[in-house]
Amino acid sequence: MRAQLSRGKASLQVVPGLREGRELTNEMTTTSPGPIVLWLASRYENIELVQAALTHVCKQRAIDSEMEHWIGMALREAVANAVKHGNRLDPDKRVLVKFDGVGSDLTIVIGDEGGGFDPERVSDPLAPENQMKTSGRGIFYIRTFMDDVAFSRGESGGTILTMRKDLSKRGNAKGENE
Amino acid sequence: MNKNASVRKIGDITVVELKGKITIGAGDLQMREAIHAVLNEGARKLVVDMSGVTTIDSSGVGELVGCYTTSTHKGAKMKLMNLPAKISDVLTVTQLITVFDVYPNEAEAVASFGS
Repeated sequence: MRAQLSRGKASLQVVPGLREGRELTNEMTTTSPGPIVLWLASRYENIELVQAALTHVCKQRAIDSEMEHWIGMALREAVANAVKHGNRLDPDKRVLVKFDGVGSDLTIVIGDEGGGFDPERVSDPLAPENQMKTSGRGIFYIRTFMDDVAFSRGESGGTILTMRKDLSKRGNAKGENE
Repeated sequence: MNKNASVRKIGDITVVELKGKITIGAGDLQMREAIHAVLNEGARKLVVDMSGVTTIDSSGVGELVGCYTTSTHKGAKMKLMNLPAKISDVLTVTQLITVFDVYPNEAEAVASFGS
């Protein structure tokens, strides 16, 4: 089941709930809403669509606005990276965004169709020689605001970023050291 | 002037008021254009009012750093004021809050330039 949400190739795919085997509805429990999958054309304006989807997920999962803000910051960085560095703004290449997880776990997967990415080659934005650079902070923000961040290679190339937020850490929305 | 920025003067001090999102493809380049425009017009005492900024991302932060560097190269002083808490947090985690001259309000920002 797919419904067009914006121009271009952006689409929302509502995946049947894992346990109940039925489509996502507002009546489903807030702890196991089932995954939400979006396939997006590589355009910056689709970041707003992803943000809107996150707001929807946060409402379902009763995630407060403070935590939503910092998850949103990480998500915006991840999608921007996929559009810019992964798919190099090629509108024919798509970005996958998948919201998943149950209970206190919120897992978001962002995939691109680019040439792959080595996270080890990202320089430290806190190093004195990098402090005044105009780029290179996106992944640092993702790692700061999420609890677990992992990069992997897609089956047909591209980068898959899996990032997880522990929703039980309500008082630590920014992911600061406890 | 663009929809993300407006400019006003306080004596010889130029205030650039930013609004909305300073994010990739949605405000980052507009901010750069606005600040570069006042620098090219001769502004040398510059205050960026961040009170209307709702969201900033790494691209916006990068542009802010670039504007600060450009200002310095042109012999201008660029300062920030009225940072919303979340914007301040974003600059703090990358330790940029100590790079910029940041003031809590307009009176202190203006006074910092001296007479």
